[in-house]
Amino acid sequence: MSKEYETVIGLEVHVELATKTKIFCGCSTAFGASPNSHTCPVCTGMPGSLPVLNKKVLEYAVAVGLALNCQITRECKFDRKNYFYPDNPQNYQISQLYLPICRDGWVEIDTPQGAKKVGIHEIHMEEDAGKLIHDEWEDATLVDYNRSGVPLIEIVSEPDMRNADEVIAYLEKLRLVIQYLGASDCKLQEGSMRADVNLSVREKGAKEFGTRTEMKNLNSFRAIARAVEGEKNRQIDLLESGEKVIQETRRWDENKETSYAMRSKEDAQDYRYFPDPDLTPVSISDEFLEEIRRRQPEFRTEKMKRYREEFDLPDYDIEIITSSKHMADIFEATVALGAQPKKVSNWLMVETLRLLKEQEEDPEDIRFSPENLAKLIRLSEEKAINSTVAKEVFEVMFRENVDPEQYVEEKGLKMVSDEGALRKTVEEVIAANPQSVQDYRNGKEKALGFLVGQTMKAMKGKADPASVNRLLKELL
Amino acid sequence: MANIITDETIEYVGILAKLELSDEEREQAKKDMGRMLDYIDKLNELDTSGVEPMSHVFPVKNVFREDEVTNGDGSALTLKNAPEQKDGMFLVPKTFD
Amino acid sequence: MELLSLSAVELATAIKEGKTTAVEAMQAVLDKIRQSEELYNCYVTVDGENALRRAQAVQRRIESGELTGPLAGVPMAVKDNLCTEGLLTTCASKILSNFVPTFSAEAVLNLEKAGAVLIGKTNMDEFAMGSTTETSAYGATKNPRNPEHVPGGSSGGSAAAVAAEECFFALGSDTGGSIRQPASFCGVVGMKPTYGTVSRYGLVAYGSSLDQIGPLCKTVEDCAVILETIASHDEKDSTSVERQDTDFTSALVKEVKGLRIGIPRDYFGEGLDPEVKTAVLQAAELLKANGALVEEFDLSLVDYAIPAYYTIAAAEASSNLERFDGIKYGYRAEAEGLHQMYKKTRSQGFGPEVKRRIMLGSFVLSSGYYDAYYLKALRVKAMIKKAFDDAFAKYDCILGPAAPTTAPKLGESLADPIKMYLGDIYTISVNLAGLPGICVPCGTDGRGLPIGLQLIGDCFREKQLLQAAYTYEQLRKEGGKADV
Repeated sequence: MSKEYETVIGLEVHVELATKTKIFCGCSTAFGASPNSHTCPVCTGMPGSLPVLNKKVLEYAVAVGLALNCQITRECKFDRKNYFYPDNPQNYQISQLYLPICRDGWVEIDTPQGAKKVGIHEIHMEEDAGKLIHDEWEDATLVDYNRSGVPLIEIVSEPDMRNADEVIAYLEKLRLVIQYLGASDCKLQEGSMRADVNLSVREKGAKEFGTRTEMKNLNSFRAIARAVEGEKNRQIDLLESGEKVIQETRRWDENKETSYAMRSKEDAQDYRYFPDPDLTPVSISDEFLEEIRRRQPEFRTEKMKRYREEFDLPDYDIEIITSSKHMADIFEATVALGAQPKKVSNWLMVETLRLLKEQEEDPEDIRFSPENLAKLIRLSEEKAINSTVAKEVFEVMFRENVDPEQYVEEKGLKMVSDEGALRKTVEEVIAANPQSVQDYRNGKEKALGFLVGQTMKAMKGKADPASVNRLLKELL
Repeated sequence: MANIITDETIEYVGILAKLELSDEEREQAKKDMGRMLDYIDKLNELDTSGVEPMSHVFPVKNVFREDEVTNGDGSALTLKNAPEQKDGMFLVPKTFD
Repeated sequence: MELLSLSAVELATAIKEGKTTAVEAMQAVLDKIRQSEELYNCYVTVDGENALRRAQAVQRRIESGELTGPLAGVPMAVKDNLCTEGLLTTCASKILSNFVPTFSAEAVLNLEKAGAVLIGKTNMDEFAMGSTTETSAYGATKNPRNPEHVPGGSSGGSAAAVAAEECFFALGSDTGGSIRQPASFCGVVGMKPTYGTVSRYGLVAYGSSLDQIGPLCKTVEDCAVILETIASHDEKDSTSVERQDTDFTSALVKEVKGLRIGIPRDYFGEGLDPEVKTAVLQAAELLKANGALVEEFDLSLVDYAIPAYYTIAAAEASSNLERFDGIKYGYRAEAEGLHQMYKKTRSQGFGPEVKRRIMLGSFVLSSGYYDAYYLKALRVKAMIKKAFDDAFAKYDCILGPAAPTTAPKLGESLADPIKMYLGDIYTISVNLAGLPGICVPCGTDGRGLPIGLQLIGDCFREKQLLQAAYTYEQLRKEGGKADV
């Protein structure tokens, strides 16, 4: 490469809001329903139907805007974006172009060079499209409108990012803020958070931006990072070979690790936006704004500060726990049930993270309840189970959220606290291992460990190792 | 006629509006649209500087619904008029390559 | 008793008094339809058997004392762009030739609640785009006053059905004069309420910011009763207005003393048929003679209303009609591939006038033209609204013709679209400004074709309009000129 290049990246992030109903009708947004069961005349574009705005959508959008340091547009409107596609039942999408709800915000991300601000150009509210499924048998497409009309916000960043790490840091920051607000669960794999990457390259030091492309269909952080790398290299190669970058939308193919242009002569990309005459303007009063401000949750920085003051925890623990709103919620709820903070933290930091990693899941996917975690900690503290059993029980609880008390009871995992039974087993182990006994008596400390292990094995793990130790020493 | 509508314009509008015109219809459409635009150009006689575009006549604002599920299973009614359907979904010419 | 010549309110009274029944009335209407439909073609769909069944059910509820209102048992017709659950709703278009809605329009539901009985769906210009009811995919409707002439449009089927006594009243929709102009051509009463007064839920949209549903009927009293029934605040329509003053029948008072009436000079210039002019000015004289304060004034901007209207209406229509694509309902053309299917379906499904407006609307919204055309038109709309605001600072209502001529002959109008659009000159600005307007018969021309008087009121002042119209109707009846 003869020249040095700089990559310029901006993101358009779509987030599905966690409302109970769709943006313009009273249909449920729940996942997993049978095709077209969550539909009505409004979200299927029936003639004569009309949209009415879900107030909660506005509340979430404003809350996200405030959390991302945006100006809130006090008089905003909805516009129609016109284009034909079967997933879009009216053949126009209700969105916001001229007066989006939020503008001019920023978030701070950490980079190796220190903290960096990424600008938020705007946030607008819009409706999601339906789902298209290819039918091999008919060689046709099937349309399910259950997702049609699910509320989205689109967060458009300024072109402030320069590499994949910054993009990921920005997305993680957005996700954290939105999860803290409870405005969305932001799962990339399930599509409740989707990012389109706008990328261009230019010679280092150039003032003007290069021609950008828009990359779609990025379903994971990994795909995003790879697409950024891939597209950067593609554009540099073009420029190096004297060709031009064409402004176009490209679709990322994660399997092939490559992208291709989504071009069609039937697609003029002229959306003919105009204000939707079926919806009235939205006017945000001081009172409304104040109410949203008042309801804003404790964000991560504040939470970390409080944890430091309230709980005697290492900074590292605090950082990990607060990196997920869901995990922090579980932590606090478990502590509130009487568990010791450090013990709760240990379960989250060690076993939980290990299992999440193993299952390739996010902290947001944690399914066990604070009640069950508190019970497990109590069982352990009361020495009803030893630590090995506790870990076993935790694994089951992690997967199926079982009640540990019940589980321990059913599986007969309770420690044997009957001194007589234990003493009898120890005596049997001593009798069966004369060599080890001899070794121990000759001063080989290691032999004791072997005898403890043999006793635990004979007790099927249901003994307190400390008691076994004590009895062995006594009887030897 | 001040506004000359070209074949390209008609073609372009046809793509936007998903309409396909016969040659005869196309010639008529060029003429009609040109005349209409000439007529609409009359608006340029008016000085509208400083006038806010008016979408809604009345200052009705902030019409909301509460976030409560009011609709049950709508699939039967949704599909009632479907030209073609399969497995509870609309069947349409394929959209994938 | 000549059942069919009764007004809606008179019929309901007769039914209540046991002089006739809802079933008898429906049977009479259906008989009349059988006789004259072949000639007039007022209806796209006559739902005869079900209509009789509905009439029977309503009659029972009247007898049980459950239904007591002034429309109980009265057969009504509904324009075919208003959704009716389980009953074909075509918008007079091939593209909806098989569309059966799964819900009814709010206005229709309100009338059914009041005991009015649906007969069927009336013919119209395709998607309400036209002024003659000749753009219907199901054949033109003829004017019952003279079948060689058009009934006007787009609610021509509704106006003609009332005039032909094929119903006792009808619902229409008015985007640029589509109720008032056919009322004028057919010699019936028609009213477009203030925007937002009647819910648009279930009205297949043409120009959403302009569309309003309203009555076509025989008398001003019927008009007030119907409007009172269909006016409602509907949470399903964001543009629906919450009003406390919808007791419109309270305005049926014969009194115009002190009523300030403005006559826009701009409405009486070039292009106005002299016979229409004379009849309308005579009406003004009659009101003046009874105490109204009548004066001429300059409304201004009248010539700009039509270009502004066609820009806005076409733009909204181009978007509103995108949903007709062969995917979810209606006509689907056989074709290879998605885009061919879209194009063939829409090209075969829509008629020439609809295509003309969709193309114009798509163009004025397209990249590079939005500001010059669409925003410009919205600015002119604001100026027109201001001109009306100024006028209503001085006058209680504005009086003029509803149309520049009486009904033209069939086939005369479609040849020249611009000329046809010019016929909307007196009605269109009322929609742009969201105002209420009423048309009442005020005479006939030399050929016996009806002439309509239009009264325009300020927003939410329907009562003043109804009172003025009622007074004029009564005075005219007393003057022995109620021969229309």
